[in-house]
Amino acid sequence: MDGGGAGAGAEGELTAQETALYDRQIRVWGVDAQKRLSKAHVLVCGMNGTTIEFCKNIVLAGVGSLSLMDDHIVTEDDLNANFLIPPDESIYGGRSRAEVCCESLKDFNPMVRVSVETGDPSLIDGEFLDKFDTVVVSHASLKTKLFINDNCRKRSKRIAFYAIDCKDSCGEIFVDLQEHSYVQKKPGGETEQQELTYPSLQEAISVPWNNLPRKTTKLYFAMRVLENYELSVERSPGETTLSDMPAVLARMKDMCDKMSLNESQIPAPLIERLLSAGKKEHPPVCAILGGILGQEVIKSISCKGDTIKNFFYFDAADGKGVIENIPPNSAN
Amino acid sequence: MAAASSEEAIKAAKVLMVGAGGIGCELLKTLALSGFSDIHIIDLDTIEVSNLNRQFLFRRSHVGQSKAKVARDAILKFRPNISITPYHANVKDSLFNVDFFKKFNVVLNGLDNLDARRHVNRLCLAAEVPLVESGTTGFLGQVTVHVKGKTECYECQPKPVPKSYPVCTITSTPSKFVHCIVWAKDLLFAKLFGDKNQDNDLNVRSKDDNSSKTDVFERNVDEDIEKYAQRIYDHVFGYNIEAALGNEETWRNRRRPNPIYIRDALPEGVVQQNGCSQDHKNEEPEPSEPSAMVSLGLRNPQEIWSLADNSRVFLEALKLFFEKREKEIGNLIFDKDDQLAVEFVTAAANIRASSFGIPLHSLFEAKGVAGNIVHAVATTNAIIAGLIVIEAIKVLKGDYQNYRMTYCLEHPSRKMLLMPVEPFEPNKSCYVCSETPLVLEVNTKTTKLREVIEKVIKSKLGMNLPLVMVGATLVFEDGEGLEPDEAANYALNLEKILVELPAPVLNGTKLTVEDFQQELKCSINIKHRDEFDEKEPDGMVLAGWSGPVDKQVTSNGEKKPVPSASRTEELDGTAEDISEKPGMKRKLNEILESKENFDALQTSLDVGSSSAQVVDDDEDEDLIMFDEDPKQGKKKRLQ
Ligand SMILES: [Zn+2]
Repeated sequence: MDGGGAGAGAEGELTAQETALYDRQIRVWGVDAQKRLSKAHVLVCGMNGTTIEFCKNIVLAGVGSLSLMDDHIVTEDDLNANFLIPPDESIYGGRSRAEVCCESLKDFNPMVRVSVETGDPSLIDGEFLDKFDTVVVSHASLKTKLFINDNCRKRSKRIAFYAIDCKDSCGEIFVDLQEHSYVQKKPGGETEQQELTYPSLQEAISVPWNNLPRKTTKLYFAMRVLENYELSVERSPGETTLSDMPAVLARMKDMCDKMSLNESQIPAPLIERLLSAGKKEHPPVCAILGGILGQEVIKSISCKGDTIKNFFYFDAADGKGVIENIPPNSAN
Repeated sequence: MAAASSEEAIKAAKVLMVGAGGIGCELLKTLALSGFSDIHIIDLDTIEVSNLNRQFLFRRSHVGQSKAKVARDAILKFRPNISITPYHANVKDSLFNVDFFKKFNVVLNGLDNLDARRHVNRLCLAAEVPLVESGTTGFLGQVTVHVKGKTECYECQPKPVPKSYPVCTITSTPSKFVHCIVWAKDLLFAKLFGDKNQDNDLNVRSKDDNSSKTDVFERNVDEDIEKYAQRIYDHVFGYNIEAALGNEETWRNRRRPNPIYIRDALPEGVVQQNGCSQDHKNEEPEPSEPSAMVSLGLRNPQEIWSLADNSRVFLEALKLFFEKREKEIGNLIFDKDDQLAVEFVTAAANIRASSFGIPLHSLFEAKGVAGNIVHAVATTNAIIAGLIVIEAIKVLKGDYQNYRMTYCLEHPSRKMLLMPVEPFEPNKSCYVCSETPLVLEVNTKTTKLREVIEKVIKSKLGMNLPLVMVGATLVFEDGEGLEPDEAANYALNLEKILVELPAPVLNGTKLTVEDFQQELKCSINIKHRDEFDEKEPDGMVLAGWSGPVDKQVTSNGEKKPVPSASRTEELDGTAEDISEKPGMKRKLNEILESKENFDALQTSLDVGSSSAQVVDDDEDEDLIMFDEDPKQGKKKRLQ
C-alpha cells in the first residue's frame, strides 16, 4: 500500500473507522471485497456528468486511489450535469476540469486519495498505465479508445478497461476485463469459480453486423455509425450535429451494405436523437450509467459477482438497461 | 427526451421529496441537476457515521445534524438559485395534511419503512397527487408510479411483514441464531435495562421458588457489580436452562441444551482477562462511549469470539452499563447504534447459542441481525434516483401511457439489468383505494376494544389517529383536542369487551373506522367466532384485507394468498434509511426464478391484475420509438 487512501490496518484488517464507515456495504459484498477495493487504483480520462457520477460512487465505496485526467479548462457548459463544479467563475475560472472535480471529490471520503494526472489521453504510454488496475475513458474518439484499450492489453498486469458515453437520454458502456475469474453466487447460495474471456474493443466492433442476433439493441449499431462518421471526418465526439444527418445516414447505408444488415435495423429517428444530443447529458441517465459502471468496477476489482460482458445500453425512451455480448459466441 | 415540454414541466413543478437518506441524497442531486427548482424535503433523521458511505451530501462534521437541512445546503453549493425547503420532521406529523400535499405536482418517496410509505400513499390518494415510490436493498431496487385511478396504489398488493417468531421458540427452544438474538435483545436486554413495567416473557422461568418475591434480575442494594453480573449470568445461562431441562416433554424430539455457568465458561476466573483493560494501546482515539470490546482489547468486529470471550464481554458490558450509564437503566431501548448494547446482545446471544448447539456469530453479523440492518450501496441508490426522475418527468408531462415500474436487478433477466414493466391497474378490492368492506373474525365476548385497535386498526390497517364508530355511536377517538371527559370515556371503552361497549359489537355489527389525517375511511363487518388456533395468535382474523400475506404456490402453479401468522411486535422497527420496500424482494425473487418463462413472469408479478405486461419489442417488430412531440403524445411506429 502506498501512502494513498484507505490504509488497511495490521494484518490487512480493516480499521474500526473503515468498518464503521463501510458497514452497510460490507454487508453487501463482504470484508474481502472491501479490502481489495481499498488497494485498487483507478484512472478516469474525461470528466463529465457521467464520469463524475462514477467517481462519486467509487470514492464513497472506498477505492484505494482515483486519478483524474482532463486538461480542458472548465467552461459554463461543463456545469450542466456536473455537481462537482461550483457555479462560481472565481473558483473554476482558468482551471482544468480534472483539478476542479478533484477538489470536490476529495471531500467525499477522506480515506481515498484523489489526484490529477495532466496530459492527453490519446498519448498515454504503456508504462504510465501500470500504475492503475482500472482505466475508464469517456467522450474520447474511437481512435483514442482503441489506443488506450490496446495499451492496457499490452501490459503484463491485467488492467481493466471501460469506455462510457452518455448522449442525452441514451448511454453506452463497453467493458474489457481480458481474462477475468471471479466468484459467482448461485441462486441456492453456494458459490462457483467462473472464468470469462473478453474481446478487445477492436475485436468487438469488427464483428460483421449480419453475424449479430436480430434482437441486438439498435443503439449498438447507431453508436457505431456515429463513431465511424466522427472518425472519418475527424470530429471530436459530440461535435457532430443535426446538420450532419444526411451525411451520417449515407455512412450508415454504406456500413449496412458492407455488413449486409437491413437498414431498417437502425431507425433514423434514433440517429436523429443521438445527433441532436451533441454533448448534452441528461442527469438522470448520467446517474444510471455512473451507477452501473460503479457497480461493475467494484465487482471486477473484488472478483465477486457477475460482470457485464461486454456492452451495456440504457435508453430513457424505453427505460431498458440491456446487456449485449458481442461477439455473441465468444468464449463463455 | 429533454424536449422543450420536459423542460417546461420541470421548471413549473413543485416537488415533495419524503426522505433525505440513501435514495434521497441521490434524488435531490439529480433533481437539481435536471432543472427542478422548487423542491420540498421532509426527513426526521439526523446524520450518522454509517450513512456517510453513500449519503454523499453529508460529511463527518455533519453527524448529528438534520439530514433534510444539510442536504439542502449541500445542493445549494452547486445550484444556488433553486429553492429547497427542508423539514426536519416526521412525515406523519399533522402539519403534513392533505392540504399540504395538494400543493405539489408530484411526491417522490425515498423512505425506509412500511408505515411511512402507507401513510404517504394515503395522503397522495386523498390529495390526488401522483406518487413515485422507490426502494433498494443491496444491488436490487425498484421504482413504481402510483396515480389515483390510473395505476395501482402502493397498498393494492400485499406487503410481507418482517418475520416474527413464536414466543416459545424464543424463550425455550431456539434453533437458529436469530432466535438467540431476539431473546437477548427483546427479552434479556429489555429486562435488565429497559422499562421494568413492560411485560416480559423472560419472567416465565425466572422464579427461583415461590417464596421469593424479589425479582431475581434486580440488583440488590450494595450488591457488588461483579457479583451481580455473575449472578445474572448463572441464572439465565445456567439455572434457567437446567430448570427447562426438567420438562422432559420439550426435549423428546430436540437436542437438549447445556446449562452454562460462569465457572465452566471461565474456569480460571473472571479476573484473568486476556488483553486486560487499558494497557492495550489503540491507534483509534479512546471512544467517548464505554465499550466492553475496548476494555477487553477485542478489536475485530468481524471475528467470532470464543465462549470465554463472549462471557467476558457479557460481564464487562453489564458492568459498564451499571458503572457508566446507570441513569439510563430502566429507560433503555435496544439501538443498533449503541455500541455497548450491541456488545451485550452479541455476547448474550452467543452464550445462549453455545448452550443450544447453534453456531456463534461475530459482532458485525449479530449487529446486522439485531438491528435489521439493510444492505446498502451508493450505486443502486444512484440508479434508482435516476429512474425516479425519469418517471417523475413523465408524470409531470401527463405521459401516462409511458409510465413504467422498473426493477433494478443483480443478475440480468432476458438481457436486462434494468427492467421496465407496465404499471398495474388499481386492485378493485384494495381497502385503501377502493371502498371494499373488510371482515373481521373475532371473539366478541372475550376481546377488548383495545386489542382490535392495536392489532388491527393501527397495526394492520396502518392508521395513525383512528376514530371508531359502531353504527352511529362514536366509541373511540385518538388525537389531540379531545375534551377531558371525552378522553376519559374513550379510555374506559378501550378496556371494555366488544359486546359490552355502549353500542355493543356483535356478530354482524358494522364498524366504521376513519383516520382524518389520512382521509381514509373503511368499514369492517364483524363476524363472531369462538375459537382461534395457534396459527392465529392475534385471536382475530382480518379478511378481505390485502395486507401482509405469505404467498404459497400450490403444485399446479396456482397462487393463493395465505394470511401470515405474525406477532404484532415485529423484530424491530429501526430498519435503516434505505431499507427495501417490503414486497420488493418477493417480486424480484419471482422474476429471477421465472426468468425462463415469460408467461410465468407476467402472472407472478401480480395476483390481482391481468394487465401486467413486461414492455418489450416483439421479436418480429421493429423498434417502437416514442415521439417527442407532446401534442401528439402517442407511440409512433416506425417503418
Ligand atoms: Zn390500492
